[in-house]
Amino acid sequence: MEHMISLFVRSIFVDNMIFAFFLGMCSYLAVSKNVKTALGLGVAVTFVLLVTVPVDYLLQTKVLGPDCIVEGVDLSFLAFILFIAVIAGMVQLVEMIVERFSPSLYASLGIFLPLIAVNCAIMGASLFMQQRIGMEPTNAQFIGGVGDCIAYALGSGIGWLLAIVGLAAIREKMAYTDVPKPLQGLGITFITVGLMALAFMCFSGLNI
Amino acid sequence: MKLFSDENKAAFSSPLNLNNPVTVQVLGICSALAVTSQLKPAIIMGLSVTVITAVANLVISLLRKTIPNRIRIIVQLVVVATLVTIVSQLLKAFVYDVSVQLSVYVGLIITNCILMGRLEAFAMQSGPWSSLLDGIGNGLGYAWVLVAVGFVRELFGSGKLLGFQVVPDALYEAGYMNNGMMVMPAMSLIIVGCVIWAHRSLNKEEK
Repeated sequence: MEHMISLFVRSIFVDNMIFAFFLGMCSYLAVSKNVKTALGLGVAVTFVLLVTVPVDYLLQTKVLGPDCIVEGVDLSFLAFILFIAVIAGMVQLVEMIVERFSPSLYASLGIFLPLIAVNCAIMGASLFMQQRIGMEPTNAQFIGGVGDCIAYALGSGIGWLLAIVGLAAIREKMAYTDVPKPLQGLGITFITVGLMALAFMCFSGLNI
Repeated sequence: MKLFSDENKAAFSSPLNLNNPVTVQVLGICSALAVTSQLKPAIIMGLSVTVITAVANLVISLLRKTIPNRIRIIVQLVVVATLVTIVSQLLKAFVYDVSVQLSVYVGLIITNCILMGRLEAFAMQSGPWSSLLDGIGNGLGYAWVLVAVGFVRELFGSGKLLGFQVVPDALYEAGYMNNGMMVMPAMSLIIVGCVIWAHRSLNKEEK
């Protein structure tokens, strides 16, 4: 239990998807123009993460790992294709749910909803999970069961959500400032994210 | 159809500068930021992405008339995932140390937006030869930004290029210090921001 809480907190602040690994940058930059849409996308990403990481964990340990199906055969090179298939299927499901229950959010997310399938944060979380299975159990990043996966996925999703809502709030205020012309739009957004990442780096000494 | 007609030339050259995937369209940023703390992984990553974009564009362009419209995203993902698996195995076999350094970012080429963007926007509508050129052009456009950022970060962050020391010892003795900030992840964001700034102020007229 302690390990799960530590995983959860670490993945929000220390191993933040955006500020430590730059995952999910494309939609992060494109959808962070106002807080409401950003919140919607953040929740959708968290939900997809919460389902795909445990499913991919089961695939990795029960199907793909060494000696799982056939003795002496390691199928883990198939991981990329299987993981992406699980993710694409899940995103289809989320798209249908959002369209049914919140048409306005569906319209404002536009193309970025189906693009969650190619959001690096989702694929990245599954690949990091694959890496972490092989770590020492004493390591703070170790993932050893479905419970750990859920804690990790939830933490990563919330970390991503925090980051995108924070940036959206800053950009809403920044609309009123006088930025040099060529730097306007994406240039200044990058530099803002860089400064936010510097701020988040102070969590990296956190020891839980 | 001529082999190097004006259209084909434009397909190849515009992504290098005017329509650069990273600085203008802002696609594929994740890996551009993460692998550039040194020059060597940046070069290898740029090359891998170029090869994968070119081949994926070619394959999808050949298949474009047989792919049903509703499931095209899945078909594209499967083609890309297969290519990435091949490249990742090749990297593991021939340049193991770099593949360890790149870690998950090789796998993340699958979700690189440049690939999906080019497949959707170009390869689904164009012939194989111009798609191949477009793929190579976009890959190289991505690679030069990576190399530029990697160059700055390795030079100022550790005083080396490709692992060889280029800042002379005399400078260190005179009190020069490496800028540790450059090696940190946050700095790559700021450098890419500055590259975009420079690139846009040079290409002002086309906006």
